[in-house]
Amino acid sequence: MAHEHTHPTAHDAAHDDHGPAHGWRRWVFATNHKDIGTMYLVFSLIMFFVGGSMAMVIRAELFKPGLQLVSPEFFNQMTTMHALIMIFGAVMPAFVGLANWMIPMQVGAPDMALPRMNNLSFWILPFAFTILISSFLVPGGAPAAGWTMYPPLVLQTGDAMPMLVFSVHLMGASSIMGAINIIVTIMNMRAPGMTLLKMPLFCWSWLITAYLLIAVMPVLAGAVTMLLTDHFFKTSFFNAAGGGDPLMFEHVFWFFGHPEVYIMILPAFGIISEILPTFSRKPLFGATSMIYAIASIAFLSFIVWGHHMFVDGMPLAAQMFFMMSTMLIAVPTGVKVFNWTATMWRGSISFEPPMLFAIAFLFLFSIGGFSGLMLALTPVDFQYNNTYFVVAHFHYVLVPGAIFAIMAGVYYWLPKWTGHMYNMTLAKAHFWLSAIFVNVLFFPQHFLGLAGMPRRIPDYAVQFSDWNMVSSIGGFVFGASQLLFAWLILECARGGRKATAEVWNDATPTGLEWTLPSPPPYHSFTVAPEVK
Amino acid sequence: MRVTSRAPARAGALIAAATAWLGSAAAHAGSESPNTSNGLNLPYGVTGLAHSIYDLHMECFWICVGIAVVVFGAMIYSLIAFRHSKGAIPDKTMLHSTKVEIIWTIIPVVILVVVAIPAAELIIKLEDAPPPDLSIRVTGYQWKWQYQYMDAAEGIDFFSTLKQDSNFARELHSGIDPASIPNYLLEVDHPLVIPSGTKVRLLLTSDDVIHAWYVPDFGLKRSAIPGFINELWFEVDPGKEGIYRGQCAALCGRDHAFMPIVVDVRTPDEFKKWVDQQKAASKQAAAVEPQPPPTARAESPVAGAGR
Repeated sequence: MAHEHTHPTAHDAAHDDHGPAHGWRRWVFATNHKDIGTMYLVFSLIMFFVGGSMAMVIRAELFKPGLQLVSPEFFNQMTTMHALIMIFGAVMPAFVGLANWMIPMQVGAPDMALPRMNNLSFWILPFAFTILISSFLVPGGAPAAGWTMYPPLVLQTGDAMPMLVFSVHLMGASSIMGAINIIVTIMNMRAPGMTLLKMPLFCWSWLITAYLLIAVMPVLAGAVTMLLTDHFFKTSFFNAAGGGDPLMFEHVFWFFGHPEVYIMILPAFGIISEILPTFSRKPLFGATSMIYAIASIAFLSFIVWGHHMFVDGMPLAAQMFFMMSTMLIAVPTGVKVFNWTATMWRGSISFEPPMLFAIAFLFLFSIGGFSGLMLALTPVDFQYNNTYFVVAHFHYVLVPGAIFAIMAGVYYWLPKWTGHMYNMTLAKAHFWLSAIFVNVLFFPQHFLGLAGMPRRIPDYAVQFSDWNMVSSIGGFVFGASQLLFAWLILECARGGRKATAEVWNDATPTGLEWTLPSPPPYHSFTVAPEVK
Repeated sequence: MRVTSRAPARAGALIAAATAWLGSAAAHAGSESPNTSNGLNLPYGVTGLAHSIYDLHMECFWICVGIAVVVFGAMIYSLIAFRHSKGAIPDKTMLHSTKVEIIWTIIPVVILVVVAIPAAELIIKLEDAPPPDLSIRVTGYQWKWQYQYMDAAEGIDFFSTLKQDSNFARELHSGIDPASIPNYLLEVDHPLVIPSGTKVRLLLTSDDVIHAWYVPDFGLKRSAIPGFINELWFEVDPGKEGIYRGQCAALCGRDHAFMPIVVDVRTPDEFKKWVDQQKAASKQAAAVEPQPPPTARAESPVAGAGR
């Protein structure tokens, strides 16, 4: 970030002002929540482009039928690595980066509670992804069994197998440390007077997400460890010939995997709940029920994993249970969408870039929610399962859902972080290109899936040609327009019109972060503010 | 392309209009569609279960459309009516309303119950399989299917793999235009032959990794898992004899895209004729050369499946 030496406000002039260390030490030995937050966000942006370039390879190969560019093995490596990098490298670190930057400022704390662990939890990630990505170079290539890593297929992975397992372990360790830090910060470092129910929704959503992370990341670590011993030490956890059970992996994996889905969307709910009130100039409608809704979704996320496995054969009672529990998620999710709509209702709405992304989130995440409801119905899932309908569904909740929320958050807080306003025209261009072409990219995939095109295939029958071509064109334009985003952030970090403390003076941003100057001092709140 | 009269009617004007506008999913390629899908929606299918699944799908789809109209309508109205640029004054007293929040918690619950009831009934119908008339063991391999008939057709046993012309054309840089191959990637050397109007039960397992047997027109897919036997049953409507195509629907490695499923549905009489032919042919073959002893590999799906 641009500022090197901070001149704190008068009341803490007596304190020794610890500025950041200089040069590489500032980053390698970073213990400051802002520096670490910045590193998380930059890392996430880099991974977004690495994973995105893999998506471009996938869409280029699927541009027309026949294999033109890559072999089927490499295609499978692309789909697998695209998912792992986007989930664990782009979306999750982006949310942790936002948490690092914003939670101490929103609760009125000087920094995160555990700064050295914060450093460790970030610096594990570059190593984890160096290991994972370098698996392209080993015999057998990168993992190609899908990010779900189902045995027995994943056990056919070549030398990349231990690299996959070890990198997943590292990512899990990083996530757990990040989660612990967030919980401890929120529980212990809130400013006097900030009761839990007065806490901003972004902190609330992260508090609940952090508990989900602590609950399920060890489960994933256990699952991949069993894969490792099956592969190298002749155990038979998942090997039917040895008395093991390949379905058991799916149960364990999805016990992690479904809460993981909410780990990637709950902080997004928090961000949207911050932005909509600001640009509607009106407080969030039903703030308390929003918190209960997040908590209900988090609880339900633990009892719905079976809906990923309907076609694997399941007792009648289990099919019923998982169908109904999954459908129940629509209730708290509906409450959230209705409350957001009511927040805009009789407001005074303006369309700054963060608001544009938040509005697109409302519409497009809802579309992902509708297809989610359809997928919950067990009998119909026998048709949808493993087709492009599923691909369309989860990309709708992850791209215009989670990623649009991250972008909304970046556009909302970037002037606060850098002290500069960014180029609004460019940001709006980025928004319109993204919002239009994300639909060109993913909407036709509903049609492909319903017409019977399976997912994870490098080549397809000719009647799927047209929509694949449309989808690929959407993908290329969507992908290219993200370069605007990177350029805009770089430009804003370098300079620009000075941002005020409130940044969005014309609107009504609420929260402690807006009482600090832009950019905020190195130790956000050296004296805890009083919250009434 | 096989089109049932019912499918477009049920899908409604919206989809019909979209289809007309598109008009190309199957027509453009100049080859027949693999199923009764119009390229935009689920196929209405050729089995009773597929029809029920299609109806449930459409019911849920229209409910979602209805919710979308109301919710998106409210959002769009807000965006237009309450614009800052038009001098809208925010109503800052609107913080929450227990009454409204209870209403919009209960309405979704009611809608969910309305959807859940037919869905639950259909699950029961799917699980309540009457005794089958014909059972076929289906074993997935990387990357082909094996069909072993039981009951009256006992003894018929063959592998089904991607047809040669597709297999050549799908090679990287093959230089062969996929559109020039009839049923590119959806044609096999030996299709599964079954009778119409007959309850057929598939017993699915795998010899290596997890595969999934999927024919959209039959409405269902089911995983083939090593060490497990999964059941799948269907009854093709009489009068719907013909060729139906599908693909493996679980990532199973390098050639996952290249192990299609083709089912040749015949009338019960025609099917019986086919069975007799197959049996006669195998008897002839057995007379000419002594039957080779069954290999361990061929036996394993049966032996390994007894969980």
